[in-house]
Amino acid sequence: MSTISLKRNLSRSRLFKENFFRVLVSLSIFFALGFILFVVFILFLQSRGALNLDLFRNFPSARPANAGIQSAIFGSIWVVGIAALVAVPIGIVAAIFLEEFINPNNRIAKIIDLNVRNLAGVPAVVFGMVGLAFIARGSLGWGFTVGTAALVLAMMILPVVIIVSRESIRAVPSSLRDGSLALGATQWQTVWRTVMPSALPSIATGAILSVSRAMGESAPLLLLGALAFVTYNPESLDSDYTILPLIIFRYASDAKEEFHAIAAATSLVLMAILFLMNLTAILIRDRSQRKA
Amino acid sequence: MGSGAVFSVVVTFLIIFSLIPTTIRFLQEVGTKVFGTSWGPLFEPATFGLLPLIIGTMWVVIIAVIVAVPLGLAAAIYMSEYAAPTTRRIVKPVVEVLAGIPTVVLGLFGLYFVNPELVQKYWPIGEPTAYTALGAGLVTGILILPIVATISDDAMRSVPGGLREAAFALGSTRSEVATKVVVGASLSGIMAAVILAVSRAFGETTVALMVAGSYAQLTLNPGDAMQTMASFIGFAGIGDQPVDSTGYRTIFFVGSMLFTITWILNIIALKVIKRFREVYE
Repeated sequence: MSTISLKRNLSRSRLFKENFFRVLVSLSIFFALGFILFVVFILFLQSRGALNLDLFRNFPSARPANAGIQSAIFGSIWVVGIAALVAVPIGIVAAIFLEEFINPNNRIAKIIDLNVRNLAGVPAVVFGMVGLAFIARGSLGWGFTVGTAALVLAMMILPVVIIVSRESIRAVPSSLRDGSLALGATQWQTVWRTVMPSALPSIATGAILSVSRAMGESAPLLLLGALAFVTYNPESLDSDYTILPLIIFRYASDAKEEFHAIAAATSLVLMAILFLMNLTAILIRDRSQRKA
Repeated sequence: MGSGAVFSVVVTFLIIFSLIPTTIRFLQEVGTKVFGTSWGPLFEPATFGLLPLIIGTMWVVIIAVIVAVPLGLAAAIYMSEYAAPTTRRIVKPVVEVLAGIPTVVLGLFGLYFVNPELVQKYWPIGEPTAYTALGAGLVTGILILPIVATISDDAMRSVPGGLREAAFALGSTRSEVATKVVVGASLSGIMAAVILAVSRAFGETTVALMVAGSYAQLTLNPGDAMQTMASFIGFAGIGDQPVDSTGYRTIFFVGSMLFTITWILNIIALKVIKRFREVYE
């Protein structure tokens, strides 16, 4: 931004307007930061001591004194972990293909590109309906299981993984590719030995951010039985499950006041997990930027 | 290799194939009853008038836009025109963290704070209950604020520096450059940002369900409980409708409307974004 002094012969009213506008736009950022802190503060107030070890030790229960979130934590790890294992490799391979192996002016490439971007904007709850029609019921009939939930979340984050991976690959300078090709490397060798190592930290950052989106998502799994009080941890893809966002939903909508404290405490747990994931992603990005 | 990319197209077809047949069967069954004024497809006797859902959805989206557009634009102007690069590096993650708050936590905030402490205390019309469309709109506004902010910021930063420098040389102040030159030059990008944000607000399920409730009453007062299209899907889905029931088909009918509306909005926004990227690159 150019640094031009604004204090030259400005009339009082213009100077006032200028300063007023500056304060106004800066306030929007303070609002955003203030809002985040305020939400955490309200959650702390609401949690009223429910944030303790018993919360992690106990399973969901209809009696507030015994109610915890253990199966939801394991459920979230299972469901989101498997969703990541499915969506991240497919997404990265798709991104490599679209960036390195296909002419961007190709009609099919254009259709796929538009499709991926549109898909990223489809409301999350719609993916739940696809899961209901084809995976839980219908021909597959997998029911309300860990596997169904993981596949649905994988479908939901796949376009996001593709988009962020493509951006990472595109950011690799073409001089690197040209250098590698000029030395006689094939296209495959160029992609695997030159482009990917250079794009990997940025892809990892994008992948972690996409997966953290799946971790916090609640809407699609409302339709897939995640609201049940599951009193055991998942053991396989066919297990019943519940997840953190929906155990929060469940406790929050219970009529008993005591459950609201547990819902607030669980929200803090979920936000802490997401914060750690985001922090990891940002650290990876920063470290690779410093090296470059 | 290509199969990964084709996978996304397959997902789109899965969405369409899950929606169309059930929607057609729903329409054959229900027909013109969708033009009624009462929505209660899971009650006895079932009613299918969409009007309450449409009004509920409109309120939430409109209130959200009223909250998000001024705040998001201000944040974008600050990030693109005022913040030094070092400040920007701190400020941008704040907006990203705001975007990362799970919707269920925002819903909780709406239910425990916005409705009882703000809407019930200060909304002058009627007697606000535990659930209000106004509260859901306000919270959804916060939720879509980062979309408005980041995409507008992107559009404003793609405005060439020459335009700004010319305006400065003519004696404009920074605020005049920002509002009269940069906002004007990036208007199409800002429009795209708003359209994408509207599309996101349309599809938001959890916040609407937790804060606006699940009572589809026909009312014009945003201080009342209302149901949106998205929150109906969530609400009916919780009830685990049997596959061959009208309730099940209603979910897919409302879902196909939601999908069509958001898909059209997204296509428009993406076209506009593509154009402003081309103009200045």
